Amino acid sequence: MLVLGLESSCDETAAAIVEDGHRVLSDIIASQVDVHARYGGVVPELASRAHVANVVPVIEQALNDAGVTLDDIDGIAVTQGPGLIGALLVALQTAKAIGYARNIPVVGVHHLEGHLSAIRLEDDYPPYPHIALVVSGGHTSLMRVDGPGALVELGATRDDAAGEAFDKVAKLLGLGYPGGAVVDKLAQTGDPTAYSLPRPMTKPETKLEFSFSGLKTAVLNLVRQQGLPEGQALADLCASFQATVVEVLVRKTRKAAKQEGLKHVQVCGGVAANSGIRAGLREAGEKDGFRVYVPPPIRCTDNAAMIAAAGTYQLERGERAGMDLNANSGLPLPSETSA
Amino acid sequence: MIEQHPCNGPEATFEAGRMLAEILRAGDVIGLMGDLGAGKTLLTQGIAAGLGVPESVRVTSPTFSLINEYAGGRLPMVHVDLYRIEAEAELEHIGLEEMLDNAGVSSVEWCERFPVLPDDHLIVRIEIAGETQRTLSATGNGPRSTEVAAKWAALLGATLR
Repeated sequence: MLVLGLESSCDETAAAIVEDGHRVLSDIIASQVDVHARYGGVVPELASRAHVANVVPVIEQALNDAGVTLDDIDGIAVTQGPGLIGALLVALQTAKAIGYARNIPVVGVHHLEGHLSAIRLEDDYPPYPHIALVVSGGHTSLMRVDGPGALVELGATRDDAAGEAFDKVAKLLGLGYPGGAVVDKLAQTGDPTAYSLPRPMTKPETKLEFSFSGLKTAVLNLVRQQGLPEGQALADLCASFQATVVEVLVRKTRKAAKQEGLKHVQVCGGVAANSGIRAGLREAGEKDGFRVYVPPPIRCTDNAAMIAAAGTYQLERGERAGMDLNANSGLPLPSETSA
Repeated sequence: MIEQHPCNGPEATFEAGRMLAEILRAGDVIGLMGDLGAGKTLLTQGIAAGLGVPESVRVTSPTFSLINEYAGGRLPMVHVDLYRIEAEAELEHIGLEEMLDNAGVSSVEWCERFPVLPDDHLIVRIEIAGETQRTLSATGNGPRSTEVAAKWAALLGATLR
């Protein structure tokens, strides 16, 4: 089954062709700066979030790179929500128009279901049920993934996402925005015990909830009292901050795996690329006996291959969206009861 | 108008938002200014609670999502963050104007970055005064928001000017 995936829920306009929910034939993201180099220079310079201008070029590029035409496509999977309504509508209406004109079935995909399906595009993926830690600029949550279309949220952030905390702390430390990756790099040469920062939401009654806003404020207060750290002190503060975030994420993930009695954990979202988080979870997995799976960085941020992967299962189950399929900025998580 | 109303601790900022919600009606737009960590999202969490958005709904930072919508309260609410927006054209792509037109109550963080607010809007400025201390100032820009500022000042027991 050849599926065209489309995504335009927030920043990225993306299209991908995926075979049998597993093999990626093409994967185009409009904002990728190296899009010209990687894909042969057909897509022109495209503005951020200019979904209307981007959507047709990325689809043409995706078909072209995969060496297929719309005649070969068996189904279209499109992000239905959550996201920005004005942004979501672009890919969604395009999907419906192509589906109607070419008589190709269309399904609407939950954006997070897409992220959780990215790992299915790898050779090594976790069996169901498993625990998923979603850590990105916009999300920090723990889920139990019972199967395709069957997600149970176990806990989530109450304020800032972990990735947002990284980026905003970078800004507070004069490292630019977004600078989460710079914090990670500096942390490598710093002493993680140099600064004592509050470990948010670690009391038992907080269960599997997260909060990172207070940690950001703690860094703010340190800078206000002691001035902007430089040299080794800056590296030490980055290392201490990163160690604190990692400790909280690892602690809650272990708790979730234990609570649900599961031995497989996937980590996805942009922050899954953070070295400390990968190392911390692998170490915890060795101690507790769970295996950790992480998709490659390009599949951790928003992309359409993950949407195609998730949509393939929906199409295989016989799901078909009607012409009344609508974008939903607050789409609830797909659960077994609604599937 | 409210000038330098002290909020001693995050609970006070949240409570100020909850009080503001009591005054709000459909179409009110609040522009929020303040540095990173000042408590703009916290104040909005207070507004959401005051509007009766259920506690089970997490009112989280919109920095990445750009716009978050909340139903289930006395009025629908949108929570916007312009921090990541780099060009005015992007606002059209994300459909912000329509959202502010249709919304019940709107709260816009980093509103000073782009001229998106309607003529009549309340500006709330949160300044960092200490580790947990913040000072809150509010100014109306038009008849409705001036009325909101005055009523809010009365609820807060702040200096009325």
